[in-house]
Amino acid sequence: MQKSRHDVWVGLFVLIGAAAVLFLALKAGNLLSLNFDETYPVITKFDNIGGLKPRAAVKSAGVVVGRVESIGFDDKSYQARVTLQLEKKFAFPKDSSAKILTSGLLGEQYIGLEAGADEKNLAAGDVISQTQSAVVLENLISQFLYSKAADSGSPAAAAAPASGAKK
Amino acid sequence: MSWYNPADVGFSVRSKLADIGDAARLFFRLFRLGSASFGRPRLVSDQVFFLGNHSLSIITVSGLFVGFVLALQGYYTLQRYGSAEAVGLLVALSLVRELGPVVTALLFAGRAGTSLTAEIGLMKAGEQLSAMEMMAVDPVRRVLAPRFWGGVIAMPLLAAVFSAVGIVGGWLVAVPLIGIDAGSFWSQMQGGVDVWADVGNGVIKSLVFGFTVTFIALLQGYNCKPTPEGVSAATTRTVVMASLATLGLDFVLTAMMFSI
Repeated sequence: MQKSRHDVWVGLFVLIGAAAVLFLALKAGNLLSLNFDETYPVITKFDNIGGLKPRAAVKSAGVVVGRVESIGFDDKSYQARVTLQLEKKFAFPKDSSAKILTSGLLGEQYIGLEAGADEKNLAAGDVISQTQSAVVLENLISQFLYSKAADSGSPAAAAAPASGAKK
Repeated sequence: MSWYNPADVGFSVRSKLADIGDAARLFFRLFRLGSASFGRPRLVSDQVFFLGNHSLSIITVSGLFVGFVLALQGYYTLQRYGSAEAVGLLVALSLVRELGPVVTALLFAGRAGTSLTAEIGLMKAGEQLSAMEMMAVDPVRRVLAPRFWGGVIAMPLLAAVFSAVGIVGGWLVAVPLIGIDAGSFWSQMQGGVDVWADVGNGVIKSLVFGFTVTFIALLQGYNCKPTPEGVSAATTRTVVMASLATLGLDFVLTAMMFSI
């Protein structure tokens, strides 16, 4: 097959396009932070997961150690059943506890894992029993209002029976 | 021809169906001729040169300016909420998911699609296509298929170049001009752009648009009236139909890819 003068330019064009895809994947995307390390599943149960989503980070001491794989509902205990995939190179004691935390005031929710003191480590399929649910803003506000009302309620009831009678 | 005469209605429905059927047959024919086209890569690479390399300048310049404008407008909105650093994420997501494939497809229809339609239309008007058939050379195989596959190859590459140049343009405005911290610009972007969900789906979109725009251009050229007016009307129809098809398909693809 004979060469033509277009060959160089077509080759350059394809190379530029490939470089652009690579740029998008590496510089704009997060291909480098994707890891293909082996993981092991751990199950956690929460009373309320708030806005947690699959693929959210699992962090311990602020470092990402795994991802949320799936979120389901357990109709025996009426709890959310969250399956985590932890990286195999990180082992955690059996009595570790999991919390749902929020990064920043309005940021994404993630799971914080706090190491316990057990001699044995979590194995694949183990259940983390100590969990703390997500903070739901409405519950927080109603708790705050109740405690406010309780604080101001007792002296107010003594001083002004009219307002206390509503209770 | 009137809408209340059953015979006229039947005829128009039947001819519309026949047009759609012919178009679909041509599309599958071109699709199946892929292996034959790549058996003669010289023909395809020439078309990549004419459709891709020659569109590179308009794509690069448009991408740069779209990136500039996205960064300026995004900064204007985001700084009200005190999150000006997220402008990198905004520019990258808008370009990779939407504007890269869509604007490239619109520009590609105007820059390369029209030239395809006019070329094929003039070949038809000059009876070159009939002459080929007389010599037992299949014009679909020899003329249309290499152009089709050349356009299908060129379009995703152009869209990727558009997005990449647009992100560089957004960086130029955000970091040196506005003074956003370069580190948080990139880290916000990398934190929010997913390689498969965002970049991958953007590439799939641009590939689909490449098939659509190139096919519409070839179909209009191949079916045009072999007169000067016919060729000019076909060229206009290419731009209108390819743009509408791109925007409509974009909605469908976005709904399928990102909302579930």
